[in-house]
Amino acid sequence: MPERRDFLVNAIKGLGLAATGGLAWSGFIEEGKSAPLILRPPGALPEKEFIASCIKCGMCVEACPYDALALAEPGDDKPIGTPFFTPRTNPCYMCKDIPCVPACPTGSLDESLVSDKDENGELKLNINLAKMGLAVIDRETCIAYSGIQCDACYRSCPRIDEAITIDYTRNKRTGKHALRAPVVHSEACTGCGLCEKACVTQKSSIFVLPREIAMGKSSERYIKGWDERDGERIKDVTEEVTTQTPRSGKSAIDYLNNEDF
Amino acid sequence: MRKYKYQIPRRLLQISILFIFFGGNAYGWNVLRGNLSSAKVLDAIPLSDPFAVLQSYSAGASIATDALVGALIILLFYAVLGGRVFCGWVCPVNMVTDLACKIRTSFNLDTIWKSWDIQRGVRFWVIGLSVVLSAILGVAAFEWISPIGALHRGIIYGFGFGWAFVLIVFLFDLFAVKNGFCGHLCPLGGFYSIVGRFGFLRIGYDKAKCTSCMKCIEICPEEQVLSIVNQHSGAVLSGECINCGRCIEVCDDNAVKFSSIYLNKYSNNK
Amino acid sequence: MKVSRRDFLKTTAAVSAATAIGISVPDDLKAAAKETQAQWRWDKAVCRFCGTGCGIMIATKNDMIVAVKGDPLAPVNMGLNCIKGYFNAKIMYGADRLTDPLLRVNAAGEFDKKGKFKPVTWEKAFDVMAKQFKKAYSELGPKGISIFGSGQYTVQEGVAAVKLIKGGFRSNNIDPNARHCMASAVVGFIQTFGIDEPMGNYDDMHHADSIVLWGANMAEMHPVLWSKVTDRKLSRPKWVKLVNISTYVNRCSSLADLEIIIKPNSDLALLNYMAREIVYNRPEAIDQDFVDKYCVFATGPVDIGYGMRSKIDHAKYKPGELDTAAREASKVVTEAEGHAWSSLGIKAGSTLQMKNTKKPVKHWAISFDDFKKGLEPYTLDFVAKLAKGDPDESLSSFKDKLKKLVEYYVAKDRKVSSFWTMGFNQHVRGSWVNEQMYAIHLLLGKIAQPGNSPFSLTGQPSACGTAREVGTFAHRLPSDMVVFNPKHRAKSEKIWKLPEGTLNPVVGSHYTKIMRDLEDGKIKWTWVQVNNPWQNTANLNHWIKAAREMDNFIVVSEVYPGISAKVADLILPTAMIFEKWGAYGNAERRTQHWRQQVTPVGNSMSDTWQTVEFSKRFTLGEVWKAHKINDKVTLPDVMAKARAMGYKDTDTLFDVLYANKEAKSYSWPDPVGNGFMNSEAAGDKRDVEGFRGYGFFIQKYLWEEYRKFGIGNGHDLADFDTYHKVRGLKWPVVNGKETDYRFNADYDPYARKANTGKFAFYGKALKAIGQGDLKGPKKELGKLKLPNKAKIFLRHYAEPAEVPSKEYPLWLSTGRILEHWHTGTMTMRVPELYRAAPEAYCYMHPADVTNGGLKEGQLIWIESRRGKVKARVNTRGRNKMPKGMIFVPWFDERVLINKVTLDATCPMSKETDFKKCAVKVYKA
Repeated sequence: MPERRDFLVNAIKGLGLAATGGLAWSGFIEEGKSAPLILRPPGALPEKEFIASCIKCGMCVEACPYDALALAEPGDDKPIGTPFFTPRTNPCYMCKDIPCVPACPTGSLDESLVSDKDENGELKLNINLAKMGLAVIDRETCIAYSGIQCDACYRSCPRIDEAITIDYTRNKRTGKHALRAPVVHSEACTGCGLCEKACVTQKSSIFVLPREIAMGKSSERYIKGWDERDGERIKDVTEEVTTQTPRSGKSAIDYLNNEDF
Repeated sequence: MRKYKYQIPRRLLQISILFIFFGGNAYGWNVLRGNLSSAKVLDAIPLSDPFAVLQSYSAGASIATDALVGALIILLFYAVLGGRVFCGWVCPVNMVTDLACKIRTSFNLDTIWKSWDIQRGVRFWVIGLSVVLSAILGVAAFEWISPIGALHRGIIYGFGFGWAFVLIVFLFDLFAVKNGFCGHLCPLGGFYSIVGRFGFLRIGYDKAKCTSCMKCIEICPEEQVLSIVNQHSGAVLSGECINCGRCIEVCDDNAVKFSSIYLNKYSNNK
Repeated sequence: MKVSRRDFLKTTAAVSAATAIGISVPDDLKAAAKETQAQWRWDKAVCRFCGTGCGIMIATKNDMIVAVKGDPLAPVNMGLNCIKGYFNAKIMYGADRLTDPLLRVNAAGEFDKKGKFKPVTWEKAFDVMAKQFKKAYSELGPKGISIFGSGQYTVQEGVAAVKLIKGGFRSNNIDPNARHCMASAVVGFIQTFGIDEPMGNYDDMHHADSIVLWGANMAEMHPVLWSKVTDRKLSRPKWVKLVNISTYVNRCSSLADLEIIIKPNSDLALLNYMAREIVYNRPEAIDQDFVDKYCVFATGPVDIGYGMRSKIDHAKYKPGELDTAAREASKVVTEAEGHAWSSLGIKAGSTLQMKNTKKPVKHWAISFDDFKKGLEPYTLDFVAKLAKGDPDESLSSFKDKLKKLVEYYVAKDRKVSSFWTMGFNQHVRGSWVNEQMYAIHLLLGKIAQPGNSPFSLTGQPSACGTAREVGTFAHRLPSDMVVFNPKHRAKSEKIWKLPEGTLNPVVGSHYTKIMRDLEDGKIKWTWVQVNNPWQNTANLNHWIKAAREMDNFIVVSEVYPGISAKVADLILPTAMIFEKWGAYGNAERRTQHWRQQVTPVGNSMSDTWQTVEFSKRFTLGEVWKAHKINDKVTLPDVMAKARAMGYKDTDTLFDVLYANKEAKSYSWPDPVGNGFMNSEAAGDKRDVEGFRGYGFFIQKYLWEEYRKFGIGNGHDLADFDTYHKVRGLKWPVVNGKETDYRFNADYDPYARKANTGKFAFYGKALKAIGQGDLKGPKKELGKLKLPNKAKIFLRHYAEPAEVPSKEYPLWLSTGRILEHWHTGTMTMRVPELYRAAPEAYCYMHPADVTNGGLKEGQLIWIESRRGKVKARVNTRGRNKMPKGMIFVPWFDERVLINKVTLDATCPMSKETDFKKCAVKVYKA
């Protein structure tokens, strides 16, 4: 009996300790996980899956010929040991053979996300499919928007005229010059960050953010009538719709019967 | 030199593995690329940390072939070899904790303050916790805080605050618990002690030669595995033995030797 | 009100930004900005970089430049800038700015060509420099010394340098880097109009209906002007047509209605196709009255070589170079040339002996019928096949484009402006394409009117103002005068107060020839001012070796350590633009002056000061004695005449050229400089080696004396003080009024004075020429005088000096990018610009990359017969190359592409063709 009692006590003690330790441990992990401003190498799985599967081996880091990737260390405020890049100093140079992706042993960098069929129908790596992030422009500090002839970001863009185009407008102040303002297009921007590196303002006026953070989402019940492709966006929408607002929360009968005028 | 017969090759191996990994990143050598979590030999043979893969699996990741094959290779390797060879011969944290232990004993710190009483079985709880937390949090939980990863990645790719993790382990071992981290807490060590339970490489003990000086027990970071000493001849069966060979080095009587559990003249005759 | 540093930076930035886009600023923010800027001094200046000539305002505080802004009142840019201009405030403060003279010395501290650089005093620097000069001068005479000048000289620096070398040392061996930049444009102007520089101005961009770029990547090289073009396009997007003619797709293409990618050198044929189309099929488009009244037709020889060494087996050539070098003497006529030259009776497959390499500029008048006959072979079929530059484009699409191009020119209701830069000028037939361009505009009568403008854009801030107007060329004197004209020499001697006969009548060595002379040991002392010859000259391996291994002495005045400084024997630390008084003249003939804003960094001193100080080390007796120049010409001893003018043998060149009585009449201080420093006139707080100033306003003196050349001569400039009140004036400035359009009597007093109706092409040069037919002049026809007339030239297609072959299968073109200025010595030290464009890439077509077994981003060798360099492959960048052609910018000294390029030049202008040579690429 005493043996059994000891065992139970020990088990409860252990469980208690485990719970305490586990909570502290979880807290630490959750804190790190909640750093959403991280830019992953090309072909990275969605962040949730990525941090579950990345084994932190650094093979992608070693594969990168530009030393653009680094593994997050404690203090980086990023999931520890996972790869990321910092565009302002070390952007992704968008290698056509994307060496970091095949190097990944766990599939956290997934070749299928950055491959498409070539003209012969063979699956081939295509870095243009990468969605590492999205470049966002601060139009108030971007000097091109005030008429300075800059466009450093545009000229550094590996998908020039696709991911960044120039919006030409007349300079109303001078009446004799044009503004040549860069505009980013999310469908083509890979988030490589070469633009962020090139920007000549003191703090970059164009910067790459993870796409989930940088992008909004249009309504799932409206399609732009003039844009044939817009329908594609909501092809998976369900036919069941019930909308709720604070006003529609109560049932109609309850409302009608409550005598509260 | 006999005193360091195994310690020197152990350190050499630990350091050269680190160096080869370091060179893989810094100089592009292809002997061994990656790190202890996952690596590739000659750009062909994958190796992965099976415990990390287990956590990933628990976290809900689908495991890629490379990682799975790599984990199986490592698993098989240590299972056949036996004991915690990884801890004694490969893991860089071993150098840190050995240093802490050395200082602790040299300055007789044990007489100044008493070691906390933590059971060695805690590491098995930590294994369980790692797997459960991985499942709950969706990340490989131990890998997130592992000082082994921090130290190893730090040396290969550069430290952030990773050194703090290592320092904590060092201070913990120095002031709190003798052989605290490797001998009590580390789930990876625990994991390998289970894996290596039936491997062939063992410490053999010959009671006939033993003079009961107990030096082996004193030096052993996992002293509980030497329970046969003074009892009977035989092999150390516990998987918790890290096969470091310190007991062989300190034994003046030639009573302890590397042997095999199966080809062993000291069968465990009780 | 207290304002923290952060606050004031924020408020001033906000106010500047707001002003730039023209929004109103809340009053309290304005007040805060005013408070912070109260301690700043704002003054107007000019951007240091390209030939556009943007006005800027400079703020100084505690003798440091703290900020710049675009000058809202400057007519060119109206407050805007490009990203280079945006960083004017930072260019002077690079960490490795040269601060002390550096001399190569041995262990004992004495000059040693093989020694290492050590700081020395200015005194010692000038001692060694003068000693070495005198050694070369006494051995080789005036021909043995030289100056590499610049289109980035201030006007005064150019004047000081020309006076010293031409007037003092009696040598014509001064030639500016502008030779590499717009010499072909100059020949085009002088031969066609008899006077240099564009007749139009930047307003043409606002008036033109068709804007055609010929080898001008304005989007990168003249961004502020490009924004004017863009604005015009946006003002009537459907009506205004923009055409980009180039050998590869560049950033101008994105706005162009028509993008015409041509093969190197085929612009010659393309222009003739246009002329043929006009003459044969669209005669109604010809402005017959205009042509009859103001034009004659002319042509010249085709066998003029390629401006390479006349000795085709020169000992310094490497064996691999010999096959290209041989084309200087003769070449096998290609199929295309045979077709094009049919009117000359030259057949494909025959060997053309280059008989006119010594007199490539000769030309003679021909009849309109001859002109027409000469154009006959340039049919659409022939030209389209020859000129189509993109192998992936269909011939029919290309033909359609050429037809449209003609339409955009000839349509009666369209005003046409053509802009060109280095694509035309850096061309083995650069002078020809310039002339052909004018031919089109003259035929159509679309010239010298708002919007109708053939416009040669210059690259350098004072290529027009200093290099051309001051005449810092081997053959020139100020105001379009030339050394081989006795009247011009006499006028110059008078203004410069030199004894008659002082000036040397023999044309000196042009830029590339100075390099060749250094290699041949014919020049043993040279001084580099405001440029970087050992990065900007083609076929560099030869010249680097010549500098380091031949017995010579090379002085480089520099602001930062570049390649030229590295090959030098003596480096002189030099003051930068805002550390001195100066003036630039831009591409639309606009002169803009600025004041010295701050004390120079370290012990650096201005180029003017260096030139003037050096002159102190020569007495008249040393330089004004007799000098044998060649078998025919010996410069006379002018000392007797000098003494008669009151000069003494022991007077120094300083006393005569710079510190004469007239100079001293411009006293300092002067009201125009109130509140500003003048390091040359009065020294400065540094007291560099005890220098306390000359005591007179030397910059004003140099300006006022130089101004005398232009008055009444079509090159009139306003007085010094006027320019400090206005935002620049376009010369000629007559009766205080600038001239918007030359040759047009509505605008140009000189054209009115000629009294020949609406136009007068009154330039004085080359206005009496022989007459003949297509094959040559006929003596019996005598000379034709052409007062107030322009020439419509017939020039033919010719193959480049080097074309791709099996071994070297690719064309190489070089050029600039927006972020960096020329050799990058300044802009590569601005962190933001460096980060934006840290290295020069090799732009290639993806198919050439794949076929060569190469990869994007890979480091490759680019190799020609002359040398090789490494660069990274780029297929996705700003320039999209057609198959078979690569482009490498030359700003990056780590990618020293001029080791690869060919030093063939336009034989007329001596301007190097940096746009064409044959290379191969392979894995590094």
